[in-house]
Amino acid sequence: MKKKYDIEVDCANCANLMEEAANKTPGIKSATVNFMALKMTVEFEEGSNPKAVMKDVLKECRKFEPDCEISF
Amino acid sequence: MIPMNKKQKKTLLRIIITAIALIALNIIAMPDYVKFAAFLATYLCIGHDILKKAWHGIANRKVFSESFLMAVATLGVFALAFLEHSSDYNEAITVMLFYQIGELFQSCAVSKSRKSISDIMDIRPDYANIETDGSLKKVDPEEVAVDSIIIIQPGERIPLDGTIVEGSSSLNTSAITGESIPRDVDAGDDVLSGCINLNGVLRVRTTKIFEESTASRILELVENAGSLKSRSEKFISRFAGIYTPVVCYLALFLAIIPPVAGYILGGSLDFLTWIYRALIFLVISCPCALVISIPLSFFAGIGGASRNGILVKGSNYLESMSKVRTIVFDKTGTLTMGVFEVSGIHHSPMEDERILEYAALAECASSHPISQSLKNAYAKEIIRDRVKDIQELSGYGVTARVDNDVVAVGNSKLMKKLNISYRECHGTGTVVHIAINGEYAGHILISDQLKPHSKEAIQSLKSRGVEKIIMLTGDIKKVASDVASTIGVDEYISDLLPADKVFWVEKLLASKPKGSMVAFVGDGINDAPVLTRADIGIAMGAMGSDAAIEAADIVLMNDDPLLIPKAIKISQKCMSIVYQNIAFALVVKFSCLLLGALGLANMWAAIFADVGVMVLAVLNSIRMLADN
Repeated sequence: MKKKYDIEVDCANCANLMEEAANKTPGIKSATVNFMALKMTVEFEEGSNPKAVMKDVLKECRKFEPDCEISF
Repeated sequence: MIPMNKKQKKTLLRIIITAIALIALNIIAMPDYVKFAAFLATYLCIGHDILKKAWHGIANRKVFSESFLMAVATLGVFALAFLEHSSDYNEAITVMLFYQIGELFQSCAVSKSRKSISDIMDIRPDYANIETDGSLKKVDPEEVAVDSIIIIQPGERIPLDGTIVEGSSSLNTSAITGESIPRDVDAGDDVLSGCINLNGVLRVRTTKIFEESTASRILELVENAGSLKSRSEKFISRFAGIYTPVVCYLALFLAIIPPVAGYILGGSLDFLTWIYRALIFLVISCPCALVISIPLSFFAGIGGASRNGILVKGSNYLESMSKVRTIVFDKTGTLTMGVFEVSGIHHSPMEDERILEYAALAECASSHPISQSLKNAYAKEIIRDRVKDIQELSGYGVTARVDNDVVAVGNSKLMKKLNISYRECHGTGTVVHIAINGEYAGHILISDQLKPHSKEAIQSLKSRGVEKIIMLTGDIKKVASDVASTIGVDEYISDLLPADKVFWVEKLLASKPKGSMVAFVGDGINDAPVLTRADIGIAMGAMGSDAAIEAADIVLMNDDPLLIPKAIKISQKCMSIVYQNIAFALVVKFSCLLLGALGLANMWAAIFADVGVMVLAVLNSIRMLADN
């Protein structure tokens, strides 16, 4: 399952870090962050609950970048 | 002036306050402890958010962030000034000040390019008009079902793809196709969402829902483009991930080893000098110039390309496009128009106009594509009363009585059948012989027309560094060789089935020089397998064909082959900016690191290496937006 989310982040390197953090979150098969379009495209693992997983993703991302935001 | 958001304005305000405070503190004389407090307050004003972020990073065990580097560097310089009793806290504040200016600049540059791309891509329709009980009602285009009737008034944007049921108008299609000449449309024509209706009122039956309509799909493609990352982008993010920690450890090493070594060798324990040099390292070590400018260049490049009617589906394809050395073209519909037109009238004893009139009238009842092109060439209204006794001889042609003349129009077999001696044609295409009252009256040559820019496009591709241009076609050899020599392609292969095209492209892929790319250009109708197989699949005029958009990596929104050299030009420009930025940033950073370690670079050089390089790299990237 693939989904796209709007994100808010200030710098390009932070966006790369968010991508890294998201990819390490359990339940995520792969995630890419498009800094210029401010979008995160996420492919979930089979049978995972997107809402719950995205909550963890945001938590992981905030460890790197406290100001970042993901709308889900 | 660029409009700023709230956060940016706040940063600007902090920068101004800090700058004023800094000047004031250097002019006004005051006791040392007051001065210390005032400097500290100024420092916190400009740097409190960075300190907070750095602390947050440490607390979450994600230490190596930009904020951490800046926090350690500035706090370190501040502490050194305190320890040395110099009361000169300017350096710490200035470093932080310039860092914030750089960040603000970067953030504004990014919002500006985001905005200019979304202006270019301003094709999202806001509403659709639906007629209910004789009055128009504006509704959300997402709510309109397929097969609904929508009304488009002059000046409005077409919200959904559909077919005109009533009305005629001119459309401005430039947002979709990059083509500036308005297109005339009439009842029965298909219209694409995103185009602007210029004059007439149109009633359109929708054929697609909003998400599947052209405008939505273009926006979707451009938005997704940045997610397919180029090799340069991947290189830079990997590089940034290694570079920052390495420089930090080097800084630590620099702060401890040389003074200790100096002490052992009999010198004094000069920690302060070496700590200062280490702090310079930290300031230089920020990778942001690289990390921001590369995706920014690609984003601007992809945006600039879409403005020209070239949709690039990912940064990686924009990158590959600059390395194309072999281009394979499909012929029909790509280099030629794929429509058959009268290209010559030969050996006729009467005026061309007359002979066309006879032919068109005799063929008036036929729906064959050939008779259609005869009627198109005649271009006048056909008065059927003038034509009698029409006889269609399938596989031969037509005989009819036109204004009391017996006219026979058909192929050479028809002429033989009627015992009329005819002349062979030297041109390529379909030959239509005409006899009037049993006398041979010449022939009309009907052939597929070259696109007006095909030749120019091939030449321009060669001047852009494409070494080999090959044409593949299912057409017969005579036609293929004719087209090939006219437009100047290097090789052609004729009589191919669609599956053969895959075979030839695979052969080219196997024999291509290392590091170069093979592109295939097709009209997308039955080329999907080849488009997928080639390094870069380019679909042309494909806004109607779903399969082509799916399979292609680059979609040209109009039929003009000149867009291909244009795409290569954009990609080459983009890549040269990317390489310039990488080289410039690395050279400046590494030389400053070296000079810093030797004690030859001070904090000012470090600020330039960090903020200055970033600003210059971003300005360089933004050049992509300026391209027409």
